[in-house]
Amino acid sequence: MEYLILLFSEIYKILYVLIPVLVSVAMIVWLDRRIWAFVQKRRGPNVVGPFGLFQTLADALKYIFKEIIIPASSNKIIFILAPIVTMTLALIAWAVIPFSEDYVLADINVGILYIFAISSLGVYGIIMGGWASNSKYPFLGSIRSAAQMVSYEVSIGVIIINVLLCVGSLNLSDIVLAQEKIWFVIPLFPMFVIFFISSLAETNRPPFDLPEAEAELVAGYQTEYSGMMYAMFWLGEYANILLMCALGSILFFGGWLAPIDTPLFEMVPPPAWLIFKILFLFVLFALIKAIVPRYRYDQLMRLGWKVFLPFSLIWVVLTSGYLLYFDLLPVY
Amino acid sequence: MLAHAIFFYFFSFVAIISAIMVTASKNTVHSVFFLILDFISISCLFIMIGAEFLGMIMLIVYVGAVAVLFLFVVMMLNVAQQKNQWFKSSDTSTHIPIGLIVSLIIFFELIIVIGGWKYKPDIIKNFSDSQISNSTNTHTIGSVLYTEYIHLFQISGMILLVAMIGAIVLTFRKREGVKRQNYFSQISREKNQGVELVEVKSKEGVKIDV
Repeated sequence: MEYLILLFSEIYKILYVLIPVLVSVAMIVWLDRRIWAFVQKRRGPNVVGPFGLFQTLADALKYIFKEIIIPASSNKIIFILAPIVTMTLALIAWAVIPFSEDYVLADINVGILYIFAISSLGVYGIIMGGWASNSKYPFLGSIRSAAQMVSYEVSIGVIIINVLLCVGSLNLSDIVLAQEKIWFVIPLFPMFVIFFISSLAETNRPPFDLPEAEAELVAGYQTEYSGMMYAMFWLGEYANILLMCALGSILFFGGWLAPIDTPLFEMVPPPAWLIFKILFLFVLFALIKAIVPRYRYDQLMRLGWKVFLPFSLIWVVLTSGYLLYFDLLPVY
Repeated sequence: MLAHAIFFYFFSFVAIISAIMVTASKNTVHSVFFLILDFISISCLFIMIGAEFLGMIMLIVYVGAVAVLFLFVVMMLNVAQQKNQWFKSSDTSTHIPIGLIVSLIIFFELIIVIGGWKYKPDIIKNFSDSQISNSTNTHTIGSVLYTEYIHLFQISGMILLVAMIGAIVLTFRKREGVKRQNYFSQISREKNQGVELVEVKSKEGVKIDV
């Protein structure tokens, strides 16, 4: 009986995080398309519901009722597993995101490592989908994305080290609380820019959407997918984008903290600040999708390995040297 | 405690089964996927005994980077078609005896290590217990690794660096006749270098490509 109560209360807590995430993924797809349309002087989805807000729900319903086609020559088990892996990995990472000081599902000591590990596993959904489809374009797309995600993860890891040097803890709540005096975006501004661009590459967003470059690879690893399985890929992708925005706002914009500590800002509940910051970063993501042309593949690799990695490594040396010289290193 | 036991047996069962399937599965790509499952369940076991830092590093390094490159190579080499002859090796095959010898050696080494651990428990307790109990295991690993074992740590880093440079030197080749992009010359190009205004006379044309 005790176990059952524990189980149900845990399930309730999980749903309390998961359902808002899923709903906001649907809303964010709409927002993405609207911003894209506004930049290009189109109207975007504006028919279903007020301002077209229910467009994504309508799309999701359409996907649910479509037939799932599994190619005859595909590797069926891995073909079906791939979208499940993508979506699961995109959702379980939300377990450690702190929405306020006491509203966090799992307050673990190695929270940032957990998110980093989960986001590095995200490449498997794409590789599995591309390989199991047993077709040229998905395979090429998945090979591209494997190389791309592995190389940009390296620079994201080095950037996280920069932030951790200033914090002295791997716990996400500690990272937020360390920014009470100053948000890390001010002292570590170059690192924020590199983090933002690397997270564009990590989530396969334009201008780095080479795995699904439609002019060359049809739709990349998603070419053979249809119906609900395609929708799951797409949901996982947007949940990942949202996760990267959340990670950016926790690492650099002080998570749930208000910009200035005044009574007026204290009236706003802390999770609202986090959501506001996530939305701000997402609008940047969407604007970049609309205004920047796609990179060439060798330029993408050059940017990752020859520009971002050395620059962020030098910045690690600078940060640690500064902290050591002025005796600011956090000691536990 | 019951839930703990259930999870422990579940993860170790998955780890052992997938380790067997790595060698037994017919398709090489499936073997790599089973290897990944093995890594993941072992990192879950690490987390269960409270070594959360090791578990996460295992996920990041082995699953997130090493196994991706494994998959990359296996898929590129197209060895998926090659059937894995596990138990019915032909007479000319020498893989199985060598594999058996290597695994026996590893097995005995493990026995020696675990036996030493069991009968000489003092050798792992040369730092005080109070140092361990008060901080998380990330801090503990850091405070031991960067103070007592700093030389070994640096040497292993140097070995990895040498291996990396060696791999790059061995595979690097400069192909002839490939047009390369030089960013500096591209950006520093001025109008007078790129464009030339020529008076063209009628019915004579002009010769470019001087």
